[in-house]
Amino acid sequence: MALLQISEPGKSTNPHERRLAVGIDLGTTNSLIATVRSGEAIVLPDEEGRYLLPSVVRFRAEGSPQIGYPALDASINDPMNTIASSKRMIGRKTADIKSLRDQLPYNFDDESANVPRIITADGPRSAIEVSAEILTALKKRAETSLRGNLGGVVITVPAYFDDAQRQATKDAAKLAGLNVMRLLNEPTAAAVAYGLDQGSEGIYAIYDLGGGTFDVSILHLNKGVFEVLATAGDSALGGDDMDRLIAEWLLDDVDDEELSSNSQFLRQAMVSARTAKEALTENTSTIVSLKLPDGSSREIVLDRTTMDEIIAPVIDKTLIPCRRSLRDAGLDKDDIDGIVMVGGSTRVLSVKEKVERFFEKKLYTDVDPDQVVAVGAAIQADILIGNRSADEMLLLDVIPLSLGIEIMGSMVEKIIPRNATIPVTRAQEFTTYKDGQTAMSIHVVQGERELVSDCRSLARFELRGIPPMAAGSARITVSFKVDADGLLSVSAREATTGIETQVDVKPSYGLTDEEVEQMLRDSITFANDDIKARLLAEQRVEAERVILAIQSALDVDGDKFLNDDERSELVKGINKLKELTDSDNAESIKQAANDLNQLSEVFASRRMDASIRSVMAGHNINEFSE
Amino acid sequence: MAISLTEKAAEHVLNFIEKRGGAAGLRLAVKTSGCSGLAYVLEFVDEIEDTDEVFESSGVKVIVDKKSLIYLDGTELDYKREGLNEGFEFNNPNVKDACGCGESFTV
Repeated sequence: MALLQISEPGKSTNPHERRLAVGIDLGTTNSLIATVRSGEAIVLPDEEGRYLLPSVVRFRAEGSPQIGYPALDASINDPMNTIASSKRMIGRKTADIKSLRDQLPYNFDDESANVPRIITADGPRSAIEVSAEILTALKKRAETSLRGNLGGVVITVPAYFDDAQRQATKDAAKLAGLNVMRLLNEPTAAAVAYGLDQGSEGIYAIYDLGGGTFDVSILHLNKGVFEVLATAGDSALGGDDMDRLIAEWLLDDVDDEELSSNSQFLRQAMVSARTAKEALTENTSTIVSLKLPDGSSREIVLDRTTMDEIIAPVIDKTLIPCRRSLRDAGLDKDDIDGIVMVGGSTRVLSVKEKVERFFEKKLYTDVDPDQVVAVGAAIQADILIGNRSADEMLLLDVIPLSLGIEIMGSMVEKIIPRNATIPVTRAQEFTTYKDGQTAMSIHVVQGERELVSDCRSLARFELRGIPPMAAGSARITVSFKVDADGLLSVSAREATTGIETQVDVKPSYGLTDEEVEQMLRDSITFANDDIKARLLAEQRVEAERVILAIQSALDVDGDKFLNDDERSELVKGINKLKELTDSDNAESIKQAANDLNQLSEVFASRRMDASIRSVMAGHNINEFSE
Repeated sequence: MAISLTEKAAEHVLNFIEKRGGAAGLRLAVKTSGCSGLAYVLEFVDEIEDTDEVFESSGVKVIVDKKSLIYLDGTELDYKREGLNEGFEFNNPNVKDACGCGESFTV
């Protein structure tokens, strides 16, 4: 006996179905994956407890690609095959990234190609394929820690991404085998992480300072919908620039020429600078240890005030896009209700101070700034997959009446229940009813009642070309998909041949609120009748199936295995059941069907024995037991 | 017609409702699933509907819609622990046959 848990109203899952959903922050430098567990959004770490996955992939001539930290470590020695920043290239054409290509060390193949590809030891790779590798690694991480397959994901993209870049991100997810429920703008995800979408109305600035990029977005929240009013930024400005300035200060008296000839040394100094910068968010001063090119080492004391002066130019530079975004949105600083801080570099105290002084408004800083986007995406994914109540819905709509298909006996099998949030996809498997059945009629209906005649017919189509098989052995998956615009598409697919057919419908078309309400009221008023009708219809279908199976067996080899008496007994039983199926008594139909089944047992076992004999003819029993 | 809870189940339900910050009661229901199978529903209730029947058992308001009551009459809800897993179990006298894991059943 399975043990059940209490769900939120209307959120119970079907048997054997768990709804696992994750949010992915697919970043330029690092990526993260998060999920909601027991109502709490958490970022999933790898086996070594690390939350970040460096967005770096190394392709090798032999073996599978390396992803994340191993690839990052290899990037110094194998820069041509180690691809970082695929996010800067994704969805862009060769011509678009001309200037970018000059900064990147990679060899691009044929310049005229529409989609730029980088030549690696493992063949040419597009940015989509590189991003797909990163997504695959994150997917594996989630499936290991959640112990199940992911039902759906929400992936975040920058607010300024155009359609091509968004589509390419979706393509990468598809390659990784992920079902993308929605792409979410990164600033919107950050706002969701702070629950700002639960408020009534407001205007928020999202200040996102990462390692190498800076973005600022102005969002307008109105009735649960976020609108991006303006975005601005600098794609080459971030925490790395602060580290470089600090490193230069540390090496002030080292000869410039010597520095430029020893890039390894500057890189080490930047690592020390970064460590110092991080220490100064907690302490007012820190000691930096440095190894010099001549082999000697030195220790330098750096205090917070000095560092603030050193990095001030970087922070001041971020305020220019802030001013521009306000101007583009046609707003004043006074119109902003709060500022959400995103990105690891916003941990630096003087960043917070300067941003607060600039906007003169409250900063949101409680959620880890590295994780805030992934956390917001996870919350959104949890809502979209259907684990939360409808009033927490963001930018969403619900299905007013259940959608389903007609099954044998003029009954309705509901596939998407009423009040499911859109976009939504649900699939269910059906099978054939008769031996050798090669086509199936799919009748799409809408409503809450149990019988087709009481529901509204939306569309009919046929799936043809099902290979002839015994009744019940074909596997036909019927999928219902309602997109964000309320457009329903229904498809039917046969598993062995892969033949598929589909139809598009607009389900809510032509129904007024009153009609929807009437249909709902009827389903309650007639609840008892409906259940009786359904039970009766189920028994009739079962009875007809039994008759059909026995009749066809009789036709094939009734003479071979039955004497006249036995045969007429069976025919009598069939006729009795046939008569009863026209009655309204479900119980007596069931009884008669059971009786007939028992009556046919002798016949069935003789047929079985004969078919086993024919299979074994000419063989030794030992051949079968091995 | 009646639905009841064991003392242990009631204790857990009251605890969950308190942690959730309140609820009008606990809903027990069945829904059709598959061609002739039925599945249990166990949910918090925020609003009691006109078509619901309300029972009181060990201090818990148990809410069942009329359609489901046909299948659930006489059910006792229990709370059990099995290894690392724990949760509620329906002891339903109407059940004739259940699938291996007990998540769906026929009457």
